[in-house]
Amino acid sequence: MNTDYENTIGYVHKLETFALVDGPGVRFAAFLSGCNMRCKFCHNPDTWTSKGERYTAKELLDYAMRYKTYWRGNGGITVSGGEPLLQHDFVTSLFHLAKDHNIHTAIDTAGQPFSLSSDYLERFDELISVTDLFILDLKMMNNLGHKKLTGVSNENILEMARYLSDKGKEMWIRHVLVPGVTDDENDLRFMFDFISSLNTVSKVEILPYHTLGIAKWKELNIPYPLEDVPVPTKDQISRAEQLLHITK
Amino acid sequence: MKKKNYEAWEGFNGRIWKEEVNVRDFIQKNYTSYDGDESFLKGPTDATVRLWNKVQEYQKEERAKGGILDMETKIVSGLTSYGAGYIDETTPELEKIVGIQTDKPLKRAFMPFGGIKMAEQACTTNGYEPDPELHKIFTEYTTTHNQGVFDAYTPAMKSVRHNKIITGLPDTYGRGRIVGDYRRVALYGIDYLIEQKKKDLALCGDGTMTDEVIRLREELAKQIRALGGMKEMAAIYGYDISLPAKNAKEAVQWLYFGYLAAIKTQNGAAMSVGRVSTFLDIYIQRDLDKGIITEEEAQELIDHLVMKFRIVKFARIPSYNQLFSGDPVWATLEVGGIGVDGRSMVTKNDFRFLHTLENMGPSPEPNLTVLYSSALPENFKKYSSKISIITSSVQYENDDVMKPVWGDDYSICCCVSATQTGKEMQFFGARANLAKCLLYAINGGVDTKTREQCGPAYRPITSEYLDYNEVIERYNDMMDWLADTYVNALNLIHYMHDKYYYEAAEMALIDTDVRRTFATGIAGFSHVVDSLSAIKYAKVRTIRDDSGVVIHFDTEGDFPRYGNDDERADEIAVWLLRTFLDKVKKHHTYRNSEPTTSILTITSNVVYGKATGDLPDGRLAGAPLSPGANPSYGAEKNGLLASLNSVAKLPYHIALDGISNTQTINPDALGHTEEERINNLVQVMDGYFDQGAHHLNVNVFGTDKLYDAMEHPEKEEYANFTIRVSGYAVKFIDLTREQQLDVIARTCHDRL
Repeated sequence: MNTDYENTIGYVHKLETFALVDGPGVRFAAFLSGCNMRCKFCHNPDTWTSKGERYTAKELLDYAMRYKTYWRGNGGITVSGGEPLLQHDFVTSLFHLAKDHNIHTAIDTAGQPFSLSSDYLERFDELISVTDLFILDLKMMNNLGHKKLTGVSNENILEMARYLSDKGKEMWIRHVLVPGVTDDENDLRFMFDFISSLNTVSKVEILPYHTLGIAKWKELNIPYPLEDVPVPTKDQISRAEQLLHITK
Repeated sequence: MKKKNYEAWEGFNGRIWKEEVNVRDFIQKNYTSYDGDESFLKGPTDATVRLWNKVQEYQKEERAKGGILDMETKIVSGLTSYGAGYIDETTPELEKIVGIQTDKPLKRAFMPFGGIKMAEQACTTNGYEPDPELHKIFTEYTTTHNQGVFDAYTPAMKSVRHNKIITGLPDTYGRGRIVGDYRRVALYGIDYLIEQKKKDLALCGDGTMTDEVIRLREELAKQIRALGGMKEMAAIYGYDISLPAKNAKEAVQWLYFGYLAAIKTQNGAAMSVGRVSTFLDIYIQRDLDKGIITEEEAQELIDHLVMKFRIVKFARIPSYNQLFSGDPVWATLEVGGIGVDGRSMVTKNDFRFLHTLENMGPSPEPNLTVLYSSALPENFKKYSSKISIITSSVQYENDDVMKPVWGDDYSICCCVSATQTGKEMQFFGARANLAKCLLYAINGGVDTKTREQCGPAYRPITSEYLDYNEVIERYNDMMDWLADTYVNALNLIHYMHDKYYYEAAEMALIDTDVRRTFATGIAGFSHVVDSLSAIKYAKVRTIRDDSGVVIHFDTEGDFPRYGNDDERADEIAVWLLRTFLDKVKKHHTYRNSEPTTSILTITSNVVYGKATGDLPDGRLAGAPLSPGANPSYGAEKNGLLASLNSVAKLPYHIALDGISNTQTINPDALGHTEEERINNLVQVMDGYFDQGAHHLNVNVFGTDKLYDAMEHPEKEEYANFTIRVSGYAVKFIDLTREQQLDVIARTCHDRL
């Protein structure tokens, strides 16, 4: 990639100055436009399209820096989406600039664009070098089920987790719990086994499915595939947490 | 001056405070900072639980009866109008701190000096019949404050009042906002205070009887009589407060008697307690060190004092309750803060006061205020953050911006306004609806609601599309007129209040050579900013009715809004604030007081909104204005911190009376664990206040809880469900449905 970090262009769907659950501490989150997955429970279908507001990396960093006063060594910048890895160079540039100011950087990704090709890994290694934390969403272990649910295979996603582990990069694993869809007992057991095989996972979180995103599907005139699916109960959540051995 | 040396002062350090009345000096020489955590705190004693249960029974009964438990109809409230009253007269021994306003708890006193009409209406609208003899006395034989004001009002003043471009003028009840230095009663005893005031009287004037000298001499005589009255009042409860308090229990009791004297004689909108926490800690710490009190007993004293502040009540009329909903009294009480010498003034007692919200559950009163600085001890910041998260009953004010102006012994005298304790009083009243004023500017002084020519008949704007420069020019002229009328109405009101409803008991506990501020207020702030921004950055077309009055606006295109950390809108906000204060400052202010202004509205934003027509920012006629300095509903697009950054740009020194900001955060958006939530909230406040912001009301709950409480107010869990609104706290179920819906409509920051 080029080294003119400041002028790399990215497309932003939305900025959130008060993102306190997207990484450690108080965070500025940039939700980038575009995603190739089509998860049935997606709560941001409006980020699927690659259209967004145009920013240079420098512009976005300058904007984020207005909130530095709230970070205090426990916060920073999180890039989310959409799928931020689709704007790989932009994220890398932004984080290079952030690192010049010692800002904590995190990527909230579903890993779909990852590949083990040497071209990709060269670029990915550079991104790793300026990223403090990867927050990786694991939707499902069963690959057939994964394809049905998201439209894509999970093989490269799991490969990415392994790769990050091998590289010694800190990770959080997140799992969206949708009753009857992503709460299969065996699948969660497999997920736990997989997570246990990784060396750098510092946190595992269950994100209970919520229905706040449905309105956006309607606005976009896309039929919502999980129309009658309820939000998980407290019991369902704690059962899933047990299966993933999450202690609070 | 001769140095006093009372036995009660044994073990206290310092010299100056013994030679003159100087509580600040006493505090600075004697307090013990505490930077530990909350693990020392104790739960409620058996007596506290029993008393608090009793109070809750009364409160339930009060609510069941429509908001009033009992009212006085015969006796005029004064220092010694009643015998001793207790929370439970069968067990007076349970009450470590005694004294209530009337003979029964929650019974509302009859207070006619502010206005007999209001006092009578308060009775009749609640089904009580006041004694006709009182009517005769207070109309035929004596003049009330209200009568004095209306005798002197000009037609223009009555018109701005009636057209509701100025609302909330304190012309029918006590003006409030005066904080007596109640600590003086404990530290010095009444006899010494009388002695000092007598000296002041002897030194008042050189014999030439100017208006000022005559007035001050009369006021001092009234103060001296009030001090004598306080002694009698305490004697009814079996206490002699002639001499200084000898121990912690007496100190708390003496101080409370001072406050009780204020609330028996005045029904001001705000009857604040002041900065008493660190002061009382000195007495408690001395007794703890001597081993004559335990931590449990110390907490009990504070719990019982706070219980008394929780049951202060005044009789009000319906229109008052619409403005200030939920029966508030602003018994504001401060904790925290940092001394001028850099030492933290947080003591164990600051923890104890916050802990009352755990021992007796959430409560709107006293209006607990943390004087905040990022430099406060981490443990205290975390504890107050924790209390905010579980009770939503605390407000935060920036000590770092107030201390340079008011020193390190200021109190908060209403919702958010600072005042130097014992050295200062405020002439406050009402708010100017600057949103309505903008409509007057466009329509040449014609009120779109009443169609009266309320403002001056300046040239209206006749073009179809609004031109920014033309609007600003007209708006400047109209604000000039409004500020003029407003300031002069207040001048007149405060003259009459001094004359007919002088706060002798409170002023007796304030220096004779008192500093006076003159506090004005602004309503509709965010809507004016957004409307001007719309006129500047989008295209605003006027839509007129048959008579040519602009009644609607069609705004084409996007424009920056206040609350998004967008310089274009935020610079209009600063301009507006500065411009209004400049206009206020031009005018003479009563008794050479110092003019200030504020951006705070209490719950009156709903009433103000009703009287305000369509605005260029898209807000429709009748809709509530956004409260205080809050951005408009739905304007915030980039999250809480962008909104906080916008508000933080308003310079405190131009709004010394306060800049109120109320925010609600969903607990799930604040963090996943309790520890995360506490730390994150501390960081948010550190970041906000380090930018020079003045105030933050912190609510932590989701809107689902509000909906449920609105639909099911009978649920036990909502009996004390407290929320912060602009400038104070209320029990949510005590709000009108309209106000509840308004609270729900406000942005809840809940990124999930």
